[in-house]
Amino acid sequence: MQLKYFARYREMLGCGEEQMELPTGVTTVSELLAWLQQSQPERFDQVFAAGSVLTAVNEEMAKADTPLSDNDTVALFPPVTGG
Amino acid sequence: MEDASAELKSRAVPGADGALVTFTGLVRDNAAGNLQSLELEHYPGMTEKSLQRIANDALTRWTLGGISIIHRVGSLPVGSRIVFCGVLSAHRQAAFDACNYVMDHLKTDAPFWKKEIRSDGAEWVEKRVADDQARDRWEAG
Repeated sequence: MQLKYFARYREMLGCGEEQMELPTGVTTVSELLAWLQQSQPERFDQVFAAGSVLTAVNEEMAKADTPLSDNDTVALFPPVTGG
Repeated sequence: MEDASAELKSRAVPGADGALVTFTGLVRDNAAGNLQSLELEHYPGMTEKSLQRIANDALTRWTLGGISIIHRVGSLPVGSRIVFCGVLSAHRQAAFDACNYVMDHLKTDAPFWKKEIRSDGAEWVEKRVADDQARDRWEAG
């Protein structure tokens, strides 16, 4: 799957996107977020400490229980501030 | 963006569209004179879809002759245009309301992020609760 990061998360994580395999046992957005924080706390603790994390799956806003498959693009970003 | 209003007017149906309402947002200094520019980031692909959905929702809600939405990205100095929304309709009330609706939803739903570039540093802009409240009033009625 492809992960994308925007705004302050992109800066914190040092990249805008990366490829990874869908981890075994991860089937939803909330499970993916928990897996990221558990497996790479040195990178993701700061992301989750910086307020509510919004997610999109394949360019559509996602919820905690949105299902995932290995060919999905999952984006993590902070609340939007355009306009 | 300079020609957006004229472009939308050219799409008006003579005799049918009696109102053209436009809104232009300018980069404002929230940092007490220290703001130099805003850096606007977006999510290419998803941002366009999000704006299209907001426009479609407005077209469903009101009888409109057309909608134009433009949002700039990248580095925008203080005072420059950041966003444009124009709406054509038979009557002004629908055009004003739809323009307001588009802007309220753009601010809360479309994936854009602002970073303030100030003389004393740079900082990402925090989301405002008032923006959520402005959007939610459209759902309450």
